[in-house]
Amino acid sequence: MEQIPRLRRGFRFQWEPVQNSHVLLYPEGMVKLNDSAGAILAEVDGARSVQLIIASLEQKYPEAGPLAADVEAFLAEAIRQHWIEWL
Amino acid sequence: MNELADKVGPPLWLLAELTYRCPLQCPYCSNPIDYASQKSELNTEQWLDVLRQGRAMGAAQLGFSGGEPLVRQDLPELIAGARELGYYTNLITSGLGLTADKVDTFAQAGLDHIQVSFQASDPELNNAVAGSRKAFDQKLAMARAVKAAGYPMVLNFVIHRHNIHQMNDILALCENLDADYVELATCQYYGWAFKNREGLMPSKSQLVKAEQEVNQYRADLMDRDQPMKVIFVTPDYYEERPKGCMNGWGSLFLTVAPDGTALPCHSARLLPIDFPNVQRQPLNDIWYHSPGFNHYRGDSWMPEPCRSCDEKGKDFGGCRCQAYLLTGNADNADPVCSKSPHHDRILAARTAADHATAGLEDLTYRNAHNSRLLYRG
Repeated sequence: MEQIPRLRRGFRFQWEPVQNSHVLLYPEGMVKLNDSAGAILAEVDGARSVQLIIASLEQKYPEAGPLAADVEAFLAEAIRQHWIEWL
Repeated sequence: MNELADKVGPPLWLLAELTYRCPLQCPYCSNPIDYASQKSELNTEQWLDVLRQGRAMGAAQLGFSGGEPLVRQDLPELIAGARELGYYTNLITSGLGLTADKVDTFAQAGLDHIQVSFQASDPELNNAVAGSRKAFDQKLAMARAVKAAGYPMVLNFVIHRHNIHQMNDILALCENLDADYVELATCQYYGWAFKNREGLMPSKSQLVKAEQEVNQYRADLMDRDQPMKVIFVTPDYYEERPKGCMNGWGSLFLTVAPDGTALPCHSARLLPIDFPNVQRQPLNDIWYHSPGFNHYRGDSWMPEPCRSCDEKGKDFGGCRCQAYLLTGNADNADPVCSKSPHHDRILAARTAADHATAGLEDLTYRNAHNSRLLYRG
């Protein structure tokens, strides 16, 4: 929870209006992200810890309830995919 | 046509073939056989305009390729323009003409990634295939420079019967160079590669062995938690169903050739279809409304056996270029499909690969001399 995630070099996260979604761009590839994945990656700035990211999301989406499990599961998957790394 | 256009998604990938000029002579080059007679190239402002139009339509991935894109002196300007527009910018290069200074200049301009092509894992074979004595050392130096500058790096190897035994050496070399991705792209037979098919196509037994080696290496990488990703593009000549070529004609990919001709893939120029040109028509019109791009969209163009096939939504009848090259009619089912009445042509190529004896010296190398010779003939 104290760990700080950041995008790996070569990965770029951005909003694509034409696709109406966030995407993750990398060498010769692109992943279209669903709303929750987009919301989580938007918080990954290489400065804030997982704990702060969860708190920020829970504040932004109070109707969603506790988010720790979802956020941690997504970040674990993002690590497994080598999209992000721990600082 | 309008009904069709409503169902067409945006061109998410734009491939800018900046030039057909190239210092190498690889005998499997995907450029047109008659490239030497096509000398005109869009200028800087025309390219920037194409990039602006593509981005407005939703293109997010941009490849600068060729030929060798480094021969374009305006490359830093094009990279900067593309990056400012929000593209993820990929430079697809042989590494020849690259310098450590240029690697840094491109980074400052906003280049996201560099793909360096190799021809083999050792200098002798590499340079023989590339038709250049200094190629391998230069590629090694540039791969190191690319990583030193902090880029993610893809190393691309076109695989054929003369280097398919090198899988372990190739992957070890890539790991040594700290590649992030390795593309082992088994030769696809278009352009120059189609001319040289007999001399390039691996036999089934060569392929099986290579695939085992790659899978083993991949498993080793995973055991060592090494993030290098290995992509092995298997040759469709050994399949019984065709590939869903380009994810469907005019579905995601838009290629613009050096002279501004817009194509649904980088091989489509060989088809007897009149393709539009960005110098005469807005890109949006080209993508959504031109006869060239609508030619093979949907499935109403399909003859049998595709028309009644329940897999047509998955493979779109395969590759139009391959159908054209092997049957003389681009409407036909891709002969890779075992349901195709022309599948015997694939089987014949497999048999030929089992008995092929041609050496590298028997291949027709991609150069201006051979281009003029073949085009006239």
